[in-house]
Amino acid sequence: MYVAVKGGERAIENAHAWLAEERRGDTDVAELDIQQIREQLSLAVNRVMAEGSLHDPDLAALAIKQARGDLIEAIFLIRAYRTTLPRFGTTKPVETAEMACDRRISATFKDVPGGQVLGPTFDYTHRLLDFKLAAEGEPVTAEQRDADPAPVPHVTEFLNRESLIEEAPRDDTPPPDLTREPLELPAARALRLQALSRADEGFTLSMAYSTQRGYARNHAFVGELRVGTVPVEMEIPELGFAVEIGEITLTECETVNQFKGSRTEPPQFTRGYGLVFGHSERKAISMALVDRALRWEELGEDNSGAPAQDAEFVLYHADNIQASGFLEHIKLPHYVDFQSELELVRKMRREANAQTREAAE
Amino acid sequence: MKDTKRQTWMGLLARADAGRVPELLGQAGPSPDFEWLRAPEIGSVMVQGRTGGTGAPFNLGEMTVTRCTLRLSSGEVGHACLKGRRKGDAEAAAVVDALMQTPAETLMRSKVLGPLAEDAARARHCRAAKAAATKVDFFTMVRGED
Repeated sequence: MYVAVKGGERAIENAHAWLAEERRGDTDVAELDIQQIREQLSLAVNRVMAEGSLHDPDLAALAIKQARGDLIEAIFLIRAYRTTLPRFGTTKPVETAEMACDRRISATFKDVPGGQVLGPTFDYTHRLLDFKLAAEGEPVTAEQRDADPAPVPHVTEFLNRESLIEEAPRDDTPPPDLTREPLELPAARALRLQALSRADEGFTLSMAYSTQRGYARNHAFVGELRVGTVPVEMEIPELGFAVEIGEITLTECETVNQFKGSRTEPPQFTRGYGLVFGHSERKAISMALVDRALRWEELGEDNSGAPAQDAEFVLYHADNIQASGFLEHIKLPHYVDFQSELELVRKMRREANAQTREAAE
Repeated sequence: MKDTKRQTWMGLLARADAGRVPELLGQAGPSPDFEWLRAPEIGSVMVQGRTGGTGAPFNLGEMTVTRCTLRLSSGEVGHACLKGRRKGDAEAAAVVDALMQTPAETLMRSKVLGPLAEDAARARHCRAAKAAATKVDFFTMVRGED
Protein backbone atom coordinates (compact mmCIF):
# COMPACT_ATOMS: atom_id res chain seq x y z
CA MET A 1 0.00 0.00 0.00
CA TYR A 2 1.26 3.47 -0.85
CA VAL A 3 0.45 6.37 1.42
CA ALA A 4 1.25 9.86 0.18
CA VAL A 5 3.45 11.78 2.56
CA LYS A 6 3.89 15.50 2.11
CA GLY A 7 6.97 17.45 3.07
CA GLY A 8 10.60 17.52 2.16
CA GLU A 9 10.27 19.94 -0.76
CA ARG A 10 12.63 22.49 0.72
CA ALA A 11 15.11 19.81 1.79
CA ILE A 12 15.08 18.39 -1.76
CA GLU A 13 15.57 21.80 -3.33
CA ASN A 14 18.46 22.60 -1.02
CA ALA A 15 20.00 19.17 -1.58
CA HIS A 16 19.97 19.78 -5.35
CA ALA A 17 21.51 23.22 -4.93
CA TRP A 18 24.29 21.70 -2.85
CA LEU A 19 24.72 18.98 -5.46
CA ALA A 20 25.28 21.71 -8.08
CA GLU A 21 27.85 23.39 -5.87
CA GLU A 22 29.67 20.12 -5.20
CA ARG A 23 29.58 19.29 -8.92
CA ARG A 24 31.48 22.49 -9.62
CA GLY A 25 34.04 21.76 -6.89
CA ASP A 26 36.67 24.32 -5.96
CA THR A 27 35.91 27.47 -7.98
CA ASP A 28 39.61 28.38 -7.97
CA VAL A 29 40.06 25.44 -10.34
CA ALA A 30 39.05 26.04 -13.97
CA GLU A 31 35.66 24.61 -14.95
CA LEU A 32 35.57 21.64 -17.32
CA ASP A 33 33.79 22.30 -20.57
CA ILE A 34 31.96 19.79 -22.75
CA GLN A 35 34.61 19.90 -25.50
CA GLN A 36 37.34 19.01 -22.99
CA ILE A 37 35.36 15.98 -21.80
CA ARG A 38 34.56 14.94 -25.37
CA GLU A 39 38.16 15.22 -26.53
CA GLN A 40 40.14 14.18 -23.45
CA LEU A 41 37.86 11.66 -21.73
CA SER A 42 36.75 10.10 -25.00
CA LEU A 43 36.64 6.51 -23.75
CA ALA A 44 34.23 7.54 -20.98
CA VAL A 45 32.18 9.33 -23.65
CA ASN A 46 32.25 6.14 -25.75
CA ARG A 47 31.00 4.03 -22.88
CA VAL A 48 28.14 6.41 -22.18
CA MET A 49 27.15 6.36 -25.86
CA ALA A 50 27.34 2.56 -26.06
CA GLU A 51 25.35 1.84 -22.91
CA GLY A 52 23.09 4.87 -23.33
CA SER A 53 22.46 3.39 -26.78
CA LEU A 54 22.61 6.81 -28.43
CA HIS A 55 25.54 7.97 -30.56
CA ASP A 56 26.13 11.67 -29.83
CA PRO A 57 29.52 12.52 -28.30
CA ASP A 58 28.51 16.05 -27.23
CA LEU A 59 25.44 14.83 -25.37
CA ALA A 60 27.43 12.04 -23.72
CA ALA A 61 30.05 14.57 -22.60
CA LEU A 62 27.34 16.83 -21.19
CA ALA A 63 25.82 13.88 -19.34
CA ILE A 64 29.21 13.00 -17.82
CA LYS A 65 29.64 16.58 -16.61
CA GLN A 66 26.13 16.71 -15.18
CA ALA A 67 26.58 13.31 -13.48
CA ARG A 68 29.87 14.39 -11.87
CA GLY A 69 31.64 11.58 -13.70
CA ASP A 70 29.23 8.86 -12.51
CA LEU A 71 28.99 7.00 -15.81
CA ILE A 72 25.90 4.97 -14.95
CA GLU A 73 24.09 8.18 -13.94
CA ALA A 74 25.28 9.70 -17.25
CA ILE A 75 23.95 6.67 -19.15
CA PHE A 76 20.63 7.15 -17.33
CA LEU A 77 20.50 10.78 -18.52
CA ILE A 78 21.18 9.71 -22.11
CA ARG A 79 18.52 6.98 -22.00
CA ALA A 80 16.01 9.50 -20.68
CA TYR A 81 16.90 12.04 -23.37
CA ARG A 82 16.70 9.37 -26.07
CA THR A 83 13.03 8.77 -25.32
CA THR A 84 12.24 12.41 -26.16
CA LEU A 85 13.56 12.13 -29.73
CA PRO A 86 11.28 11.35 -32.66
CA ARG A 87 12.57 8.30 -34.54
CA PHE A 88 13.12 9.19 -38.20
CA GLY A 89 13.87 5.67 -39.33
CA THR A 90 16.44 2.94 -39.54
CA THR A 91 19.79 3.02 -41.28
CA LYS A 92 21.06 0.42 -43.66
CA PRO A 93 23.17 -2.13 -41.76
CA VAL A 94 26.69 -0.73 -41.47
CA GLU A 95 29.28 -2.65 -43.48
CA THR A 96 32.20 -3.25 -41.15
CA ALA A 97 34.22 -4.76 -44.02
CA GLU A 98 34.44 -1.18 -45.33
CA MET A 99 35.75 0.17 -42.04
CA ALA A 100 38.61 2.67 -42.18
CA CYS A 101 40.57 0.90 -39.44
CA ASP A 102 42.55 2.77 -36.80
CA ARG A 103 43.31 -0.56 -35.20
CA ARG A 104 43.00 -4.08 -36.47
CA ILE A 105 44.57 -7.10 -34.82
CA SER A 106 44.17 -10.84 -35.01
CA ALA A 107 45.25 -13.23 -32.29
CA THR A 108 44.86 -16.20 -34.63
CA PHE A 109 46.83 -15.25 -37.74
CA LYS A 110 50.13 -13.47 -37.58
CA ASP A 111 50.32 -12.65 -41.27
CA VAL A 112 46.82 -11.48 -42.11
CA PRO A 113 46.53 -9.44 -45.29
CA GLY A 114 46.39 -5.83 -44.18
CA GLY A 115 48.66 -6.65 -41.27
CA GLN A 116 48.48 -6.27 -37.52
CA VAL A 117 47.75 -2.61 -36.91
CA LEU A 118 48.01 -1.67 -33.25
CA GLY A 119 46.40 1.78 -33.39
CA PRO A 120 46.13 3.98 -30.30
CA THR A 121 46.18 1.17 -27.73
CA PHE A 122 46.89 0.73 -24.02
CA ASP A 123 48.28 -2.74 -24.86
CA TYR A 124 52.00 -3.07 -24.19
CA THR A 125 52.05 0.05 -22.01
CA HIS A 126 53.68 -0.61 -18.64
CA ARG A 127 50.75 0.65 -16.59
CA LEU A 128 53.06 2.92 -14.67
CA LEU A 129 51.59 6.26 -13.70
CA ASP A 130 52.87 8.93 -16.04
CA PHE A 131 53.60 11.96 -13.90
CA LYS A 132 54.34 14.01 -17.00
CA LEU A 133 50.58 14.16 -17.51
CA ALA A 134 50.22 15.89 -14.14
CA ALA A 135 52.37 18.71 -15.44
CA GLU A 136 51.54 20.75 -18.50
CA GLY A 137 53.26 19.11 -21.42
CA GLU A 138 53.71 19.74 -25.10
CA PRO A 139 51.15 17.97 -27.29
CA VAL A 140 52.53 14.73 -28.71
CA THR A 141 52.37 14.12 -32.45
CA ALA A 142 51.78 10.62 -33.73
CA GLU A 143 54.16 9.17 -36.29
CA GLN A 144 52.89 8.71 -39.81
CA ARG A 145 53.85 6.30 -42.54
CA ASP A 146 52.78 6.00 -46.15
CA ALA A 147 49.47 4.26 -46.24
CA ASP A 148 46.87 2.98 -48.60
CA PRO A 149 43.56 3.86 -46.96
CA ALA A 150 41.77 0.92 -48.60
CA PRO A 151 39.46 -1.29 -46.54
CA VAL A 152 40.96 -4.55 -45.25
CA PRO A 153 39.03 -7.83 -45.48
CA HIS A 154 37.69 -9.58 -42.40
CA VAL A 155 40.00 -12.26 -41.01
CA THR A 156 37.24 -14.88 -40.86
CA GLU A 157 37.07 -14.79 -44.66
CA PHE A 158 40.37 -16.70 -44.77
CA LEU A 159 38.94 -19.54 -42.69
CA ASN A 160 35.74 -19.43 -44.74
CA ARG A 161 37.72 -20.36 -47.83
CA GLU A 162 38.46 -23.78 -46.35
CA SER A 163 34.94 -24.07 -44.87
CA LEU A 164 36.65 -24.42 -41.51
CA ILE A 165 34.40 -21.83 -39.92
CA GLU A 166 30.67 -21.37 -39.90
CA GLU A 167 29.46 -18.68 -42.26
CA ALA A 168 27.24 -15.74 -41.42
CA PRO A 169 25.20 -15.74 -44.62
CA ARG A 170 23.63 -12.49 -45.75
CA ASP A 171 20.04 -12.15 -44.70
CA ASP A 172 17.71 -9.19 -44.62
CA THR A 173 15.12 -10.22 -42.05
CA PRO A 174 14.07 -7.07 -40.18
CA PRO A 175 15.37 -7.48 -36.62
CA PRO A 176 13.29 -7.12 -33.44
CA ASP A 177 13.86 -3.91 -31.48
CA LEU A 178 13.87 -3.97 -27.69
CA THR A 179 13.28 -0.22 -27.55
CA ARG A 180 9.92 -0.82 -29.22
CA GLU A 181 8.83 -4.23 -27.89
CA PRO A 182 9.61 -5.56 -24.42
CA LEU A 183 12.41 -8.11 -24.37
CA GLU A 184 10.78 -11.53 -24.29
CA LEU A 185 12.24 -15.02 -24.28
CA PRO A 186 13.24 -16.95 -26.21
CA ALA A 187 15.21 -14.04 -27.68
CA ALA A 188 16.49 -14.34 -31.24
CA ARG A 189 20.19 -13.74 -31.72
CA ALA A 190 19.52 -10.31 -33.25
CA LEU A 191 17.69 -9.26 -30.09
CA ARG A 192 20.43 -10.69 -27.86
CA LEU A 193 23.05 -8.73 -29.79
CA GLN A 194 21.08 -5.50 -29.36
CA ALA A 195 20.77 -6.14 -25.62
CA LEU A 196 24.45 -7.04 -25.27
CA SER A 197 25.67 -4.03 -27.24
CA ARG A 198 24.01 -1.70 -24.72
CA ALA A 199 24.64 -3.94 -21.72
CA ASP A 200 26.71 -2.87 -18.73
CA GLU A 201 30.38 -3.31 -19.49
CA GLY A 202 31.22 -4.69 -16.06
CA PHE A 203 28.44 -7.26 -16.16
CA THR A 204 29.32 -8.34 -19.70
CA LEU A 205 32.99 -8.59 -18.78
CA SER A 206 32.24 -10.78 -15.76
CA MET A 207 29.95 -13.06 -17.75
CA ALA A 208 32.60 -13.39 -20.47
CA TYR A 209 35.30 -14.05 -17.87
CA SER A 210 33.19 -16.80 -16.31
CA THR A 211 33.15 -18.63 -19.66
CA GLN A 212 36.95 -18.41 -19.82
CA ARG A 213 37.25 -19.83 -16.31
CA GLY A 214 35.21 -22.87 -17.23
CA TYR A 215 31.53 -22.03 -16.89
CA ALA A 216 30.31 -22.92 -20.40
CA ARG A 217 33.84 -23.15 -21.66
CA ASN A 218 34.09 -22.67 -25.39
CA HIS A 219 37.69 -21.60 -25.76
CA ALA A 220 37.57 -18.31 -27.62
CA PHE A 221 40.35 -16.78 -29.69
CA VAL A 222 40.08 -13.23 -30.90
CA GLY A 223 39.93 -13.90 -34.62
CA GLU A 224 39.81 -10.20 -35.21
CA LEU A 225 39.39 -6.97 -33.33
CA ARG A 226 38.94 -3.81 -35.36
CA VAL A 227 38.31 -0.20 -34.42
CA GLY A 228 37.59 2.50 -36.96
CA THR A 229 34.99 4.52 -38.78
CA VAL A 230 32.21 3.26 -40.99
CA PRO A 231 29.84 5.27 -43.14
CA VAL A 232 26.20 5.24 -42.04
CA GLU A 233 23.66 5.27 -44.84
CA MET A 234 19.97 5.81 -44.72
CA GLU A 235 17.19 5.62 -47.28
CA ILE A 236 15.60 9.04 -47.82
CA PRO A 237 11.97 8.30 -48.79
CA GLU A 238 11.52 11.64 -50.63
CA LEU A 239 14.55 10.87 -52.81
CA GLY A 240 14.06 7.15 -53.23
CA PHE A 241 17.71 6.34 -52.61
CA ALA A 242 20.10 5.98 -49.69
CA VAL A 243 22.55 8.70 -48.73
CA GLU A 244 25.40 8.77 -46.29
CA ILE A 245 24.41 10.70 -43.17
CA GLY A 246 27.80 10.60 -41.47
CA GLU A 247 30.53 8.38 -40.15
CA ILE A 248 30.72 6.73 -36.73
CA THR A 249 33.48 4.94 -34.87
CA LEU A 250 32.76 1.33 -33.95
CA THR A 251 34.63 -1.52 -32.31
CA GLU A 252 34.04 -4.98 -33.73
CA CYS A 253 35.23 -8.30 -32.33
CA GLU A 254 34.91 -11.69 -33.94
CA THR A 255 35.87 -14.68 -31.88
CA VAL A 256 36.81 -18.03 -33.30
CA ASN A 257 35.72 -20.89 -31.06
CA GLN A 258 36.38 -24.60 -31.04
CA PHE A 259 33.42 -26.70 -32.04
CA LYS A 260 33.45 -30.49 -32.04
CA GLY A 261 30.54 -30.68 -34.44
CA SER A 262 27.04 -31.95 -33.89
CA ARG A 263 24.59 -34.29 -35.55
CA THR A 264 24.05 -31.77 -38.32
CA GLU A 265 27.30 -29.82 -38.43
CA PRO A 266 30.85 -31.08 -39.15
CA PRO A 267 33.66 -30.17 -36.75
CA GLN A 268 34.59 -26.60 -37.49
CA PHE A 269 35.17 -23.27 -35.83
CA THR A 270 32.19 -21.25 -34.69
CA ARG A 271 31.92 -17.55 -34.09
CA GLY A 272 30.91 -15.07 -31.46
CA TYR A 273 30.23 -11.47 -32.41
CA GLY A 274 30.63 -8.14 -30.69
CA LEU A 275 29.90 -4.69 -32.11
CA VAL A 276 29.85 -1.57 -29.95
CA PHE A 277 29.67 2.21 -30.47
CA GLY A 278 33.00 3.99 -30.11
CA HIS A 279 36.38 2.60 -29.16
CA SER A 280 35.25 0.07 -26.55
CA GLU A 281 37.29 -3.06 -27.06
CA ARG A 282 36.96 -4.68 -23.63
CA LYS A 283 33.21 -4.47 -24.13
CA ALA A 284 33.32 -5.76 -27.72
CA ILE A 285 35.40 -8.81 -26.77
CA SER A 286 33.15 -9.52 -23.77
CA MET A 287 30.08 -9.23 -25.95
CA ALA A 288 31.47 -11.72 -28.46
CA LEU A 289 32.23 -14.28 -25.74
CA VAL A 290 28.79 -13.96 -24.18
CA ASP A 291 27.10 -14.06 -27.61
CA ARG A 292 28.91 -17.33 -28.31
CA ALA A 293 28.00 -18.85 -24.94
CA LEU A 294 24.32 -18.01 -25.50
CA ARG A 295 24.36 -19.88 -28.82
CA TRP A 296 24.69 -23.31 -27.16
CA GLU A 297 21.19 -24.44 -28.11
CA GLU A 298 21.36 -23.49 -31.78
CA LEU A 299 24.74 -25.25 -32.07
CA GLY A 300 23.52 -28.40 -30.30
CA GLU A 301 25.91 -28.05 -27.36
CA ASP A 302 25.22 -29.23 -23.81
CA ASN A 303 23.64 -26.87 -21.36
CA SER A 304 26.11 -27.05 -18.51
CA GLY A 305 23.90 -24.83 -16.38
CA ALA A 306 26.43 -22.02 -16.54
CA PRO A 307 25.14 -18.48 -15.96
CA ALA A 308 26.51 -17.28 -19.32
CA GLN A 309 24.40 -19.91 -21.14
CA ASP A 310 21.23 -18.76 -19.43
CA ALA A 311 19.64 -16.17 -21.75
CA GLU A 312 17.14 -15.13 -19.11
CA PHE A 313 19.83 -14.58 -16.51
CA VAL A 314 22.12 -12.69 -18.88
CA LEU A 315 19.59 -10.56 -20.73
CA TYR A 316 17.45 -9.65 -17.74
CA HIS A 317 20.41 -8.55 -15.62
CA ALA A 318 22.66 -6.92 -18.21
CA ASP A 319 21.04 -3.50 -18.38
CA ASN A 320 22.56 -1.19 -15.80
CA ILE A 321 19.70 1.32 -15.95
CA GLN A 322 17.07 -1.32 -15.19
CA ALA A 323 19.32 -2.80 -12.54
CA SER A 324 20.24 0.43 -10.81
CA GLY A 325 16.65 1.69 -11.03
CA PHE A 326 15.42 -1.30 -9.11
CA LEU A 327 18.38 -1.43 -6.79
CA GLU A 328 18.37 2.24 -5.90
CA HIS A 329 14.63 2.50 -5.38
CA ILE A 330 15.03 0.66 -2.08
CA LYS A 331 16.77 3.70 -0.61
CA LEU A 332 13.69 5.85 -1.23
CA PRO A 333 11.13 6.09 1.57
CA HIS A 334 9.51 2.74 2.41
CA TYR A 335 8.22 3.90 5.80
CA VAL A 336 4.82 2.26 5.54
CA ASP A 337 6.17 -1.04 4.15
CA PHE A 338 8.72 -1.15 6.90
CA GLN A 339 6.15 -0.26 9.57
CA SER A 340 4.19 -3.38 8.67
CA GLU A 341 7.37 -5.51 8.69
CA LEU A 342 8.13 -4.15 12.15
CA GLU A 343 4.65 -5.09 13.37
CA LEU A 344 5.08 -8.57 11.93
CA VAL A 345 8.45 -9.18 13.59
CA ARG A 346 7.10 -7.94 16.96
CA LYS A 347 4.12 -10.30 16.64
CA MET A 348 6.35 -13.27 15.78
CA ARG A 349 8.60 -12.54 18.75
CA ARG A 350 5.60 -12.35 21.10
CA GLU A 351 4.40 -15.74 19.81
CA ALA A 352 7.86 -17.29 20.06
CA ASN A 353 8.26 -16.00 23.64
CA ALA A 354 4.86 -17.35 24.59
CA GLN A 355 5.77 -20.79 23.20
CA THR A 356 9.07 -20.83 25.10
CA ARG A 357 7.25 -19.98 28.33
CA GLU A 358 4.63 -22.68 27.72
CA ALA A 359 7.36 -25.27 27.09
CA ALA A 360 9.18 -24.25 30.25
CA GLU A 361 6.03 -24.53 32.39
CA MET B 1 16.38 4.43 -58.21
CA LYS B 2 19.89 5.69 -57.87
CA ASP B 3 21.47 9.05 -58.32
CA THR B 4 25.13 8.44 -57.75
CA LYS B 5 26.25 12.03 -58.25
CA ARG B 6 23.72 13.39 -55.81
CA GLN B 7 24.51 10.61 -53.34
CA THR B 8 28.16 11.59 -53.51
CA TRP B 9 27.63 15.27 -52.82
CA MET B 10 25.02 14.68 -50.09
CA GLY B 11 27.46 12.28 -48.43
CA LEU B 12 30.26 14.84 -48.55
CA LEU B 13 27.97 17.47 -47.05
CA ALA B 14 26.87 15.11 -44.25
CA ARG B 15 30.42 14.01 -43.40
CA ALA B 16 31.79 17.55 -43.15
CA ASP B 17 32.97 18.79 -39.76
CA ALA B 18 30.55 20.89 -37.72
CA GLY B 19 30.34 24.45 -39.06
CA ARG B 20 32.33 23.75 -42.22
CA VAL B 21 29.50 23.78 -44.79
CA PRO B 22 28.01 27.13 -43.61
CA GLU B 23 31.54 28.58 -43.64
CA LEU B 24 32.27 27.46 -47.22
CA LEU B 25 28.80 28.41 -48.44
CA GLY B 26 29.22 31.89 -46.91
CA GLN B 27 32.51 32.30 -48.79
CA ALA B 28 30.81 31.29 -52.05
CA GLY B 29 28.51 34.32 -52.00
CA PRO B 30 25.17 35.54 -50.68
CA SER B 31 22.72 32.84 -49.61
CA PRO B 32 19.77 32.36 -52.00
CA ASP B 33 16.14 32.88 -50.96
CA PHE B 34 14.26 29.75 -50.02
CA GLU B 35 11.21 28.55 -48.16
CA TRP B 36 11.10 25.65 -45.73
CA LEU B 37 9.22 22.56 -46.78
CA ARG B 38 10.42 20.99 -43.54
CA ALA B 39 12.25 23.22 -41.09
CA PRO B 40 15.33 21.63 -39.47
CA GLU B 41 14.30 19.03 -36.90
CA ILE B 42 16.33 16.84 -34.58
CA GLY B 43 15.52 13.20 -34.08
CA SER B 44 17.15 9.81 -33.98
CA VAL B 45 17.73 6.95 -36.35
CA MET B 46 18.32 3.34 -35.37
CA VAL B 47 21.73 2.20 -36.59
CA GLN B 48 21.92 -1.43 -37.62
CA GLY B 49 24.84 -3.82 -37.72
CA ARG B 50 25.11 -7.29 -39.21
CA THR B 51 25.56 -10.47 -37.18
CA GLY B 52 29.11 -11.67 -37.74
CA GLY B 53 29.72 -8.59 -39.90
CA THR B 54 27.96 -10.14 -42.88
CA GLY B 55 24.80 -11.89 -41.66
CA ALA B 56 21.34 -10.89 -40.47
CA PRO B 57 20.87 -7.28 -39.32
CA PHE B 58 20.41 -6.33 -35.68
CA ASN B 59 19.73 -3.01 -33.98
CA LEU B 60 22.96 -1.60 -32.63
CA GLY B 61 21.72 1.63 -31.09
CA GLU B 62 20.42 5.02 -32.08
CA MET B 63 22.17 8.13 -33.24
CA THR B 64 21.03 11.74 -33.29
CA VAL B 65 20.33 13.26 -36.69
CA THR B 66 19.11 16.58 -38.08
CA ARG B 67 17.08 16.79 -41.26
CA CYS B 68 15.41 19.50 -43.29
CA THR B 69 13.98 20.20 -46.73
CA LEU B 70 13.76 23.56 -48.49
CA ARG B 71 12.77 25.01 -51.86
CA LEU B 72 14.66 27.78 -53.59
CA SER B 73 12.63 30.65 -55.05
CA SER B 74 13.65 29.21 -58.44
CA GLY B 75 11.89 25.95 -57.49
CA GLU B 76 14.69 23.43 -56.81
CA VAL B 77 14.23 21.30 -53.69
CA GLY B 78 17.18 20.58 -51.40
CA HIS B 79 17.35 17.90 -48.71
CA ALA B 80 19.73 17.30 -45.85
CA CYS B 81 19.93 14.52 -43.31
CA LEU B 82 23.06 14.38 -41.23
CA LYS B 83 24.48 13.00 -38.01
CA GLY B 84 24.28 15.07 -34.83
CA ARG B 85 22.22 18.00 -33.64
CA ARG B 86 23.29 20.60 -36.21
CA LYS B 87 20.46 22.74 -37.56
CA GLY B 88 22.76 25.34 -39.14
CA ASP B 89 24.78 22.66 -40.90
CA ALA B 90 21.61 20.93 -42.11
CA GLU B 91 20.27 24.19 -43.53
CA ALA B 92 23.52 24.95 -45.37
CA ALA B 93 23.73 21.36 -46.68
CA ALA B 94 20.16 21.56 -48.02
CA VAL B 95 20.93 24.91 -49.70
CA VAL B 96 23.98 23.39 -51.41
CA ASP B 97 21.94 20.33 -52.42
CA ALA B 98 19.36 22.62 -54.05
CA LEU B 99 21.98 24.88 -55.69
CA MET B 100 23.66 21.82 -57.21
CA GLN B 101 20.53 21.46 -59.35
CA THR B 102 20.89 25.02 -60.71
CA PRO B 103 23.51 26.81 -62.85
CA ALA B 104 25.29 27.54 -59.54
CA GLU B 105 26.48 23.91 -59.68
CA THR B 106 29.95 24.89 -60.94
CA LEU B 107 30.36 27.47 -58.20
CA MET B 108 29.23 24.96 -55.55
CA ARG B 109 31.67 22.36 -56.87
CA SER B 110 34.63 24.69 -56.74
CA LYS B 111 33.81 26.59 -53.55
CA VAL B 112 32.10 23.98 -51.36
CA LEU B 113 32.30 20.38 -52.56
CA GLY B 114 35.89 20.57 -53.78
CA PRO B 115 37.23 21.81 -50.43
CA LEU B 116 35.03 19.27 -48.57
CA ALA B 117 36.41 16.41 -50.66
CA GLU B 118 39.93 17.65 -49.90
CA ASP B 119 39.14 17.86 -46.16
CA ALA B 120 37.74 14.33 -46.20
CA ALA B 121 40.67 12.89 -48.14
CA ARG B 122 43.18 14.66 -45.89
CA ALA B 123 41.49 13.47 -42.69
CA ARG B 124 41.20 9.91 -43.94
CA HIS B 125 44.75 9.83 -45.17
CA CYS B 126 46.09 11.28 -41.92
CA ARG B 127 44.43 8.59 -39.78
CA ALA B 128 45.46 5.85 -42.20
CA ALA B 129 49.05 7.10 -42.08
CA LYS B 130 49.05 7.07 -38.26
CA ALA B 131 47.57 3.56 -38.30
CA ALA B 132 50.22 2.44 -40.82
CA ALA B 133 52.95 3.67 -38.46
CA THR B 134 51.61 1.22 -35.84
CA LYS B 135 51.64 -1.77 -38.18
CA VAL B 136 53.74 -4.59 -36.79
CA ASP B 137 56.74 -5.74 -38.83
CA PHE B 138 57.40 -9.28 -37.69
CA PHE B 139 60.83 -10.80 -37.95
CA THR B 140 61.99 -14.23 -36.95
CA MET B 141 65.10 -14.71 -34.84
CA VAL B 142 67.54 -17.27 -36.23
CA ARG B 143 67.42 -20.34 -34.03
CA GLY B 144 69.22 -23.68 -33.84
CA GLU B 145 72.75 -24.82 -34.41
CA ASP B 146 73.06 -24.49 -38.15
